[in-house]
Amino acid sequence: MAKNGLALETELRLGLPGGGGGGEKKRVFSDMISGGEEEKAVVAVVGWPPVRAYRRKIGGGGVGKMYVKVSMDGAPFLRKIDLTNHKCYSDLFVSIEQLFGCFGIEEALKDSENSEYSPIYEDKDGDWMLLGDVPWEMFVDSCKRMRIMKRSDANGLQAIDLLKELGKKDDRSEN
Amino acid sequence: MCLFRDMMSYFPEEVLEHVFDFLTSHRDRNAVSLVCKSWYSLERFSREKVFIGNCYAVNPERLIARFPRVRSLTLKGKPHFADFNLVPHDWGGDVYPWIEAMTKNGINLEELRLKRMLVSDESLELLAKSFPNFKSLVLVSCEGFTTDGLAAIASNCRFLRELDLQENEVDDRKGHWLSCFPDSCTSLVSLNFACLKGEVNVAALERLVARCHNLRSLRVNHAVPLEALQKILVKAPQINDLGTGSFVHDPDSETSKKMKNTLENCKSVRSLSGFLDVNPHCLPAVYPICTDLTSLNLSYAPGIYSNELIKLICHCKKLERLWILDTIGDKGLGAVASTCKELQELRVFPSDLYGADNAAAVTEEGLVSISAGCPKLNSLLYFCQQMTNAALITVAKNCPNFIRFRLCTLNPVIPDAVTNLPLDEGFGAIVQSCKGLKRLSVSGRLTDQVFLYIGMYAEQLEMLSIAFAGDSDKGMLYVLNGCKKLKKLEIRDSPFGNAALLSDMGKYETMRSLWMSSCEVTYGACKTLAEKMPTLNVEIINEGEDQVEASSSPDARHRVEKMYLYRTLVGPRRDAPDFVWTL
Repeated sequence: MAKNGLALETELRLGLPGGGGGGEKKRVFSDMISGGEEEKAVVAVVGWPPVRAYRRKIGGGGVGKMYVKVSMDGAPFLRKIDLTNHKCYSDLFVSIEQLFGCFGIEEALKDSENSEYSPIYEDKDGDWMLLGDVPWEMFVDSCKRMRIMKRSDANGLQAIDLLKELGKKDDRSEN
Repeated sequence: MCLFRDMMSYFPEEVLEHVFDFLTSHRDRNAVSLVCKSWYSLERFSREKVFIGNCYAVNPERLIARFPRVRSLTLKGKPHFADFNLVPHDWGGDVYPWIEAMTKNGINLEELRLKRMLVSDESLELLAKSFPNFKSLVLVSCEGFTTDGLAAIASNCRFLRELDLQENEVDDRKGHWLSCFPDSCTSLVSLNFACLKGEVNVAALERLVARCHNLRSLRVNHAVPLEALQKILVKAPQINDLGTGSFVHDPDSETSKKMKNTLENCKSVRSLSGFLDVNPHCLPAVYPICTDLTSLNLSYAPGIYSNELIKLICHCKKLERLWILDTIGDKGLGAVASTCKELQELRVFPSDLYGADNAAAVTEEGLVSISAGCPKLNSLLYFCQQMTNAALITVAKNCPNFIRFRLCTLNPVIPDAVTNLPLDEGFGAIVQSCKGLKRLSVSGRLTDQVFLYIGMYAEQLEMLSIAFAGDSDKGMLYVLNGCKKLKKLEIRDSPFGNAALLSDMGKYETMRSLWMSSCEVTYGACKTLAEKMPTLNVEIINEGEDQVEASSSPDARHRVEKMYLYRTLVGPRRDAPDFVWTL
């Protein structure tokens, strides 16, 4: 490991909190670390966690895994879904329905007028779009996060008006 | 002594040879060969299987001279830490000289098993053309060959029974190596090409499977879709080890239903793996074979949520071996503990190596559940978010039969998650309770104390892996002085230095190898060791930021970044690349 100060972030050392005793031979986990940053420091270590190169390419962070947040109106928690693990919109809806324990989201695609839900997503430009218009691959490329809106929450607005409202909100929050 | 001699001559050689036939373990055979000269001589002519744990400890000539009738050879090349990118690719471990020597000396090679070796297409071609009775090729974590080499094997090995490729880096040449198996080839018993990245000729595979009536093990790669696998399995209902390829389809389709029916017909399947690409909703198709399954490997299958894993595992009451990703969660491990009472081996791999999705990881809770529910557990590899001493102490109490115990905290220096203390006491409990422990990997915040325990209690320990642990030379000394049966010691990023390295130099002659990287040993100490111990090769890997000019001799106080030493009968190796210095 390099000795110069610049590399200190990546030098892993051991020691008790507060860096007590042991002198130079002890290795303290980088003083640069403050809670929450630890994961990033671990990434900087070559060969840790000790997983064969072959495995690294398979699961977890290998080839373009894409976790996006999914929020459902009325649900207390958001969930995360790996888009790359699905082949089409139907697949995706089945997973969402399982995650939130509800049904009928896919109907929204087929019959948006009468469905209880409106599945929308935020794309790379920050616009909120209705799911299903573009080919699946294009969607995976551009989706940043998703929201399953309940029609009842729309308070009588048409979906398209609500999307415009959402768009305005985001503009304001960015300023 | 007279009595002994008389007794020995009472047994004619043929009888002794016949008795030796029953000795299958190489350790037993090694022991037998040390009894006396005549037993040595008899044993060496009758030995057919040779195991060489470090290919540089001997050379091909000595192998052939001592065991002229060898038929099966197992060779291991690179040190274990090469798996984690700590060893440059062209470090060595080339199998070619071995194959060449055996060819020249008329060895009747039938089986070759290689681990972490460099295997070129030339080697495979020479192998395929030189040994007419060649039956079995097993390559684990090897590299250097392409599908052209596989084509040579397929074309030329007329009696091939086993082609088993596990986690190798193989260059795909878009050839049709599978089609190279001639129509006359009907001998295959085991075919595993799961690690290949490219397309395969599925029709050729189907015909191959159809004509190999003895096929027992088939593991395909991701390029073999579910529809194709279904058709193949119809021709091989006798299969007992199945590795699927891509397991993706519309679960309501005809194909998925056909797959379920076909699997229902495969009543001998005991081992299941693959799912290199999977739609979780297709998993119910395998439920029919779950009841008798003893081995399940889902560790290559990303994106199956905990609930789906639990549903699957609840069908697997006879499971003895389970390899899984940490997406199973503590809850999922609880389900395993309730269901899999015969479980002996568990490996939980990290699904997310970059710490972005911590919710997916497992903790000490999962491990404790398993230990409580699975008393037969004897082998563990566990990547976890956090651990506690209390948990490890409980595990030690519940499972005293561990032979292999490898714990890996994702943060290598994380302390006890509850008390914030080092994990010394936890691992101490493990070594004290598990009297048969042969392999141990420790992690988390650890002081010299844990090594005191290891040295004191781990009497059967043969392999120890240490990373980011210890405070001083004392730690390493406890281990070297205490663990009498130690064979392999690998240490990284720990403050062990020259005093520890040089305290008992003779110890290394009783061991296979020692690896130390990012520790405190200096060039001078390594040189001293090399000078005093001519039966050891002390190699320094000199690369990267640490690189010193080849012409200049480094300062004795210069810290050595990577050192690998091993006992050998044949002196410094002649194939060491520029960056490897044998002192």
